[in-house]
Amino acid sequence: MEKINLTIDGIDISVAKGSTILQAAKEAKVDIPTLCFLQGVHEPGSCRICVVEVEGWRGLQPACVTKAEEGIVVKTSSRLVRETRRDILELILANHNRECLSCKRNQKCELQKLAEDFGIDSNYYEKKGTCVELDQSGPVVRDTSKCVLCGRCVSVCSNIQKVNAIDLAYRGPNTSVTTPYEQSLSLRSCINCGQCIKVCPVGALQERDDTEKVWKALEDPELHVVVQTAPAVRVALGEEFGLPVGTNVKGKMVTALKRLGFNKIFDTTFGADLTIMEEGTELLHRINNGGKLPLITSCSPGWVKFCEHNYSDFLDNLSSCRSPQQMFGAVAKSYYPQKAGLDANKVFVVSVMPCTAKKFEADREELKINGLKDVDAVITTRELAKMIKQAGINFNELSDSYYDELLGTSTGAGVIFANTGGVMEAALRTVADILTGEDLQTIEYHEVRGLEGTKEATVNINGMELNVAIAHGTGNAAKLLDTIREGKADYHFIEVMACPGGCINGGGQPILMDKSKTQEVNQLRAASIYSLDRTAVKRKSHDNPEIKKIYAEFLDKPGSSKAHQLLHTHYIARN
Amino acid sequence: MGNTKILSSRFGKIKPDSVEEFVAAGGYEGLKKAITMKPEEIIQEIKNAYLFGRGGAAYPTGVKWEQAYAIPLEKGPKYMICNADEGEPGTFKDRHIMAEDPLMLIEGMTIGAFIFGAKEGYIYCRGEYSGIQKILKSAIKNATEAGYLGENIMGTGLNFNIKVVSGAGAYVCGENTALVESIEGKTGRPRRKPPYIKNAGLNMMPTVLNNVETYACIPWIVKEGGETFLSVGTEFSGGTKLMCLSGNVVQRGVYEVPFGTTLRELIYGLGGGIAGGKTLKFVHLGGSSGACFPEELLDTKICYNDLRKNGLSLGSGAVLVVDDTHCVVDYLKTVMEFFEDESCGKCTPCREGNRRMVEILEKLTSGRGAKEDLERLQRLARTMRNTSFCGLGQSAPVPVTTLLKHFAAEFEAHVQGRCPSGKCSMSGVRR
Repeated sequence: MEKINLTIDGIDISVAKGSTILQAAKEAKVDIPTLCFLQGVHEPGSCRICVVEVEGWRGLQPACVTKAEEGIVVKTSSRLVRETRRDILELILANHNRECLSCKRNQKCELQKLAEDFGIDSNYYEKKGTCVELDQSGPVVRDTSKCVLCGRCVSVCSNIQKVNAIDLAYRGPNTSVTTPYEQSLSLRSCINCGQCIKVCPVGALQERDDTEKVWKALEDPELHVVVQTAPAVRVALGEEFGLPVGTNVKGKMVTALKRLGFNKIFDTTFGADLTIMEEGTELLHRINNGGKLPLITSCSPGWVKFCEHNYSDFLDNLSSCRSPQQMFGAVAKSYYPQKAGLDANKVFVVSVMPCTAKKFEADREELKINGLKDVDAVITTRELAKMIKQAGINFNELSDSYYDELLGTSTGAGVIFANTGGVMEAALRTVADILTGEDLQTIEYHEVRGLEGTKEATVNINGMELNVAIAHGTGNAAKLLDTIREGKADYHFIEVMACPGGCINGGGQPILMDKSKTQEVNQLRAASIYSLDRTAVKRKSHDNPEIKKIYAEFLDKPGSSKAHQLLHTHYIARN
Repeated sequence: MGNTKILSSRFGKIKPDSVEEFVAAGGYEGLKKAITMKPEEIIQEIKNAYLFGRGGAAYPTGVKWEQAYAIPLEKGPKYMICNADEGEPGTFKDRHIMAEDPLMLIEGMTIGAFIFGAKEGYIYCRGEYSGIQKILKSAIKNATEAGYLGENIMGTGLNFNIKVVSGAGAYVCGENTALVESIEGKTGRPRRKPPYIKNAGLNMMPTVLNNVETYACIPWIVKEGGETFLSVGTEFSGGTKLMCLSGNVVQRGVYEVPFGTTLRELIYGLGGGIAGGKTLKFVHLGGSSGACFPEELLDTKICYNDLRKNGLSLGSGAVLVVDDTHCVVDYLKTVMEFFEDESCGKCTPCREGNRRMVEILEKLTSGRGAKEDLERLQRLARTMRNTSFCGLGQSAPVPVTTLLKHFAAEFEAHVQGRCPSGKCSMSGVRR
């Protein structure tokens, strides 16, 4: 690799040709503050907080996008640089709603940290910014009074997710991030994936707060409140309490939920195993009966809405299966009350999800059964952490507890739903056993794992060649579906998850202060999920004793008419 | 002052879109000569002419074209673009060329197309110039019918067509990369450089982009020779310049003057001096982002070198004359309101800096200003100049710093609650 030499703050350093000054500084162990920059996602060079002095060059240079050149002498902390960065920061802050105490990003805000680092202690300018509207029409809440116009959300929404719900509009002091015709997000093609929330450096984007709904239900003596937790939550919740990334806190989480007063603590992985039973059956049925192929998974509500908006010609390809969250809810309001001797109307189902789109999914009209919603309230990993803190629970000191029985037994297959490729792998484990009629011991499908944008594999099961593909991030899904539209690809089964990396990187997961570490964090969370699978007692959905029980005592068999009534759904074109 | 007219010789004398009348008045002789020359020879003539970009940046056109010519055609099509956005306040020269002799511009672009082998040209015309766009389109149509545009131009095998395009009226679209974004149908916001437009401009292909007046000089240079062009001007600035005289002068208008003419000759000679028997307070040269300076500098010659030595820049050639009944702070506030509104909003220093400058100037004009506000203006000006994304934000503070320099006492008076010319409301002064 060709190298170039330069000097940064008196430190001589040799870096790869083509490196930016920011990258070179990192290698020289020199910190340069950034705000708008998010490597590989958003590199506009527009906030100018990262400016540095290069001897002999006119003006100051944005380190994030300026390529280092041979022999340059860079100063990153001269008086001019420090004063200029302070000016820039003051200009941003002057236009920012500085109510940090009442902001959800308090202490996780990149702007707040910059203000602290620079010792901003006063506010010179008078007028507030002009953006004051609050869009809380859907699960993703936008507070433009806090927006710093970095544009990260726009890049994620347009370039990574290909949703194009928002863009920068107008100019000068009227510049804002907004939707077409300034409609509320919920009226547009927004899929509620929440990836914009994850990249927002400040509190301009947040999930709708549903914790109050949950508190109220818990405090209502009439209600029997059950909670389900998605698999991705257990490997991320600990981060909110300062535990190392990827720590499995399943046991502590269950204890905390008991302490919060939930009547029963159940596991969404049960719903995931149920999904595999139904979806695996659906796949084999479609293959054997000339049904519509490829079958595409429908577990990810962000993906489903994306498909409804942009690929409505594929709606018949979507599995008719409800997502694990909804399947769980449906049986929690039918099978569970029957077994427990409860009035289904008094059962209140709460979900803890790594996801903001699940809030939208729970509200879908077509998922109501006899007028009852499957799920009554959805909170994110972040919201659960807040509730635990508010309840004064010392999370890190908690001992472990187990999920409650009936809907709380998990298999490794259900757990890996959290990772991209996980639904596919779980389905293959069950389908392979069905096709061979054996209890196969080779159950790890490494070809469908990993963080590449799209993956494909051909799996041979008992002579049947199954062509499968996996996409995560709706931008990658779009690319994959385009190849099918063009007739360039032929698959039997496709897994799509709306968020890059899958649910472990969902829009409801903990916010990273250093967002450049996203990939690293995703890998650690994913590894933790796979290790839970490896150590699981049962690793196949159909081996889950509670799954066997529910079919034997309630649902009859996968694909039965009862299963269809409770566990399946349909989709709506939203062109 | 010499009388050589390079650009305005046909103004008012021919029907603007008539090819016959244009040719009868010496038009297309540059192109006819150009097609007998090698591209390198034409470029050499332009270099000899010391022609500098007339849009404001004053980049040597010969050098620009030499660099563009060196880019191999295999890299993709080369586009010819004419910047006819003419958004700089106080600038109204390009409209005269386009309204009165548009074929001169078209001829200049065609010579460029011949050099670069370009097939497509664009005239990005200011949205407000709807009438002029019609004239341009008509001239293009007529030139095509006469064989000066279109397929196999004058038997050379050159195919070249020009389209007239327009934005929605944003000042920033005069910036080259924002202009190109606008032609592509995107929001007019500047791109990061590098890559420069010569390598990756329109559709990320090599692009040659010049101002209307720059292109208009090309036919004459080719026809008469670069050295002749240079001899009309000064040692370092060839040819003539269309100067836009406006403000408190007797005879406002566009004047073609040879380089070397002084500003005093322009204002007091051609312009007839200050209107209404008033006294000159300052001149705002080169457009809103140009310098403001008092009478002492009026003997500076209109010449890139002489102006630079005095810390001035010719810009687009706008000369806005302000008499002594005006208040510098009030004037500056109006100028900065323009930049506040016209900032594209992309980078922090320009978007927020301009609006905060307006806020400070509002304080000063209403008598609520303090000494620290003047320091803050200086500091913001430095930060905007050093860190803005494009030329808009980098140069917007120039009138601030130059007025602060030349009229410090008047700013001080405002801090003390007094507007010497009585223009400002000073309504917030505590008495």
